Amino acid sequence: MTVSGARTSRQQSALRRFAYGFTGYKKHLALTLMFLPVVVYFIIFKYVPMAGIVIAFKNYKISQGIFGSAWVGLDNFTKAFSTPTFARSVKNTLAISGLKLLFGFPAPIILALMLNEVTHARFKKTVQTISYLPHFLSWVVLAGMFQQLLSPNNGAVNAVLRDVFGLQESIYFLGSNKYFRGTLIVTDIWKNVGWSSILYLATISGIDPALYEAATVDGATRWQCTRYITIPSLVSTIVVMLILSIGSIMDAGFDQVFNLYNSAVYQTGDIIDTYVYRYGLGDMKYSLATAVGLFKNVIAFVLVVGTNLIARRLSGEGIW
Amino acid sequence: MKRAKPSFGKLLIYLMLTLLSATIVIAFWHLLNLSLSPSYIATKGGLLLYPKDATLDNYARVIDNRYIWMGYKNTLIRTVIGTVLQLFFTSMGAYVLSKRFFPHRTFWTLFIVFTMFFSGGLIPSYLVVKNLGLLNTYASMILPGFISAYNLVIMRNYFQSLPEEIEESCLIDGAGRLRIFLQFVLPLSKPILATVALWLVVGHWNSWFDVLIYISDDTKFTLQIVLRRIIITGSKEILDTSAAANAAEMDSVVSSEGLKAACIYVTTLPILCAYPFVQKFFVKGIMIGSLKG
Repeated sequence: MTVSGARTSRQQSALRRFAYGFTGYKKHLALTLMFLPVVVYFIIFKYVPMAGIVIAFKNYKISQGIFGSAWVGLDNFTKAFSTPTFARSVKNTLAISGLKLLFGFPAPIILALMLNEVTHARFKKTVQTISYLPHFLSWVVLAGMFQQLLSPNNGAVNAVLRDVFGLQESIYFLGSNKYFRGTLIVTDIWKNVGWSSILYLATISGIDPALYEAATVDGATRWQCTRYITIPSLVSTIVVMLILSIGSIMDAGFDQVFNLYNSAVYQTGDIIDTYVYRYGLGDMKYSLATAVGLFKNVIAFVLVVGTNLIARRLSGEGIW
Repeated sequence: MKRAKPSFGKLLIYLMLTLLSATIVIAFWHLLNLSLSPSYIATKGGLLLYPKDATLDNYARVIDNRYIWMGYKNTLIRTVIGTVLQLFFTSMGAYVLSKRFFPHRTFWTLFIVFTMFFSGGLIPSYLVVKNLGLLNTYASMILPGFISAYNLVIMRNYFQSLPEEIEESCLIDGAGRLRIFLQFVLPLSKPILATVALWLVVGHWNSWFDVLIYISDDTKFTLQIVLRRIIITGSKEILDTSAAANAAEMDSVVSSEGLKAACIYVTTLPILCAYPFVQKFFVKGIMIGSLKG
């Protein structure tokens, strides 16, 4: 009796609050008007495209429009799923993301730990300034740079490999399926390792210095301090970041791949996003590309929300 | 007290940090030397550790090119207009959402945050821009990403930390909410505004995909796309508009390697110049973003 009474009163107050809302807009008319542009923007540029997903279930023809085009059910999905290029793009996406996670994820942690050991403030500052720089350049600029640096004919990297390390044959970093993924991983780390280390450095700087003092008094070495104070203090940040990067595993890095790849390395480098671009905007197969995009977005959505919930539960902080 | 002797581990750390920095510095240095090289050196290639027979011919050719200047103009237009408008409307929306008494506040926050996790995808978004008749307009470079949910949430969190009491006393004095926002809230929020403005500027400066898909009129190409045409698609015609110039490409003065390197420097120069001064603001910004998120 009391329980159900409490529930109805709670429901009533929720209802009252909801109803209050509509008079609230009038009461706070200025705020409502200030908020209106945001609502209009999100509806037109975010929610209308979500409604536009229906063309994944239609045979969209520009002349017939979104509403006039015929429904085809799941045809676009079955058509896409049965092509080897689609399977290849899923495989490449997971392979590239997986490798980036395996090597790119620990890299900034190691960099932060190393920077923390540096006692010369000037040296530390210089390394930080230099290593943050590539983060501010677009993949168009960096792709231009890497094309030059990694060229098999007259690139600097191949020249060094030949003259210093005595390599006989030039390596086609961007042109052979054997090396393309490795090149993606290394260039990705090169661009982002410095910037990504900031978060870990900040966490380290938040550690109570008294811990280190006590440990040093007890005779702990630098390595023991790192092993038993710094790393344990970083664990919660690491776990949250790891979970979040697992959540974005469907994004293998469109900007990077699109600017670095070419038809010779589709076998190892064509990811879902580049596939959607080529089939959708290149070949104008709007419906097919939308279907593939939806497939990716749904998986990504489940992953991101799921991993966020886990991250929140573990640490009390998600990304919002 | 014993003097700490440099341990092997410490040396290794210094060595590895130096190596990492060196790969970045040498890459840029090599590219600079390449851009200053005459054709016979640039085509031969290899690692260029100092400028040999330095010449400005490559730069002369790049600076002569009208697409580069058009690219600069278009990039500046989108960056300035986009940043100002986006900053204004994002902060205004964030201010409204920071008010606990705003009706259905949780719903509206969710309405915005949801778009961070799910989107219509490339094709439906493209079709919206196309059906609105925005292809080949500057609006197509600014409107599709007009308000970032992430920026809005960060600004909202910041505004929530401002004291509400002063605003209330302003309200009693008869000031409207818009005036309070403009004259009281914005001036108090300079740190977050500066941070988000910097993100927006870099975002616009580096943005290329929207221009690639929405703009086909080459008088509206931005720097990134001009650069992409030159170095990735290798379009010679954008650098050399006449057949005579094409023939000149083969001469001894400039090489495609040197030209591309010069292009990269000409387009990236503003970022490289501003970087040392604004770097610390970005570092602060990343902390604002992760604080209390």
